[in-house]
Amino acid sequence: MKYIDEYRDPQIAYALVDRIARLVTKPRVLMEVCGGQTHTLMRYGIGDLLPKEVELVHGPGCPVCVTPLEILDQAVLIAGLPNVILTSYGDMLRVPGSQSDLFAARANGANVRIVYSPMDALKIARDNPRRQVVFFAVGFETTAPANAMAVWQAKREGLSNFSMLASHVLVPPAMRMILESPVSRVQGFIAPGHVCTIMGFREYEVLASEFHVPIVVGGFEPVDLLEAILLLVAQLEEGRSVVENQYSRYLDREGNRAAQHMLRDVFRVADRKWRGIGEIPNSGLELREEYAAHNAERVFGLTPLSVQEPRECISALVLQGLQKPVDCPAFGKRCTPMTPLGAPMVSSEGACAAWHQYKRYV
Amino acid sequence: MCLAVPGRVLNVVGDDPAFRSANVDFCGVRKNVNLVYTPEAVAGDFVLVHVGFAISRIDKEEAARTFQYLQQIGALEEEGLAR
Ligand code: SF4
Repeated sequence: MKYIDEYRDPQIAYALVDRIARLVTKPRVLMEVCGGQTHTLMRYGIGDLLPKEVELVHGPGCPVCVTPLEILDQAVLIAGLPNVILTSYGDMLRVPGSQSDLFAARANGANVRIVYSPMDALKIARDNPRRQVVFFAVGFETTAPANAMAVWQAKREGLSNFSMLASHVLVPPAMRMILESPVSRVQGFIAPGHVCTIMGFREYEVLASEFHVPIVVGGFEPVDLLEAILLLVAQLEEGRSVVENQYSRYLDREGNRAAQHMLRDVFRVADRKWRGIGEIPNSGLELREEYAAHNAERVFGLTPLSVQEPRECISALVLQGLQKPVDCPAFGKRCTPMTPLGAPMVSSEGACAAWHQYKRYV
Repeated sequence: MCLAVPGRVLNVVGDDPAFRSANVDFCGVRKNVNLVYTPEAVAGDFVLVHVGFAISRIDKEEAARTFQYLQQIGALEEEGLAR
């Protein structure tokens, strides 16, 4: 497939590794923020190809992983109500809340359906006017415009039986939290290309200059990631800290204006709790008051829950690049992808799950 | 979760801006994709698709430029000429 295959070319990949090796003079800790990038790096064993000076640590960038237990519990609760059809992306169904997950709820008779797109959930609502159709929406800035469109369209059509249980998170505030931590080890970031196709990269320029940290917006194929690493190492060696765009075939500085416009219309920025990390200021999106009729929390009169996370899980440290998944005593024993205890083990894009799949025996 | 896949626009359908969509080919698999966020996309374009929405259109010149540069790196290293 064009625009994929060429970015998996081994010859180019090895050439980039060579360049990195010749350039780097001292230890450099780099973080890829996005779980999709974590997955590519682990799958192709890129960390093992790199010179020993370059250490990759994995960031908190998996929206499935960081969805709080409380919201999962609410989704399970709504799914169990009579006359409700609960819809969500397939990734969300296995994710355990504090008691149960949506697959189990379905096995117990709840009407839970996987959708590929939020527009499919809208169609289910049109086809089932006597039922309440709830779309359990998670995601970063990449996914939020699609979810926003579903709500916008529901309002336009007056589709009163459609509502959204939303758990949207934003990337730059999480990077800020990592940078502000006094124990942070991260010297350079690979910023998530798909988030930036929507938002552009102005917000990252603020972080780069405020914290003197180089940031390269990177893609998702092995060659993309190696090129991003090369650009970061070059900046560090030259003492520069700016934003560079490795993913220029898909995005520019301004991002997607039509999508940003829709986001502003439907959502507003709010504080948000991240599973495994805790509350991060201004790190989420919630539905504006004008869309209250399509806000599942309002429709079902949900009250905020508070649930304790398993104590032995060190995911807060893993997601900030301070510890490796294998440093966790529960890793691969009490905590596996089938029985996840914490956020980074729940989706294949989480750092612990990626290690479990590709690096368990190292 | 943020996985987005490039596909080629075969033909554009509909004129309601909220529902302008396209048949998009992903290596032989065809899907209907919402074009509301890439109003400029036309048949023959490559678009990046995420949860049923095209979120950006490929800049072909930019893609060619980057790839030429990458290939150059590959060729140079191969011959041991780079430094
Ligand atoms: S291995 Fe499991 S328990 Fe340990 S940090 Fe990762 S998710 Fe938490």
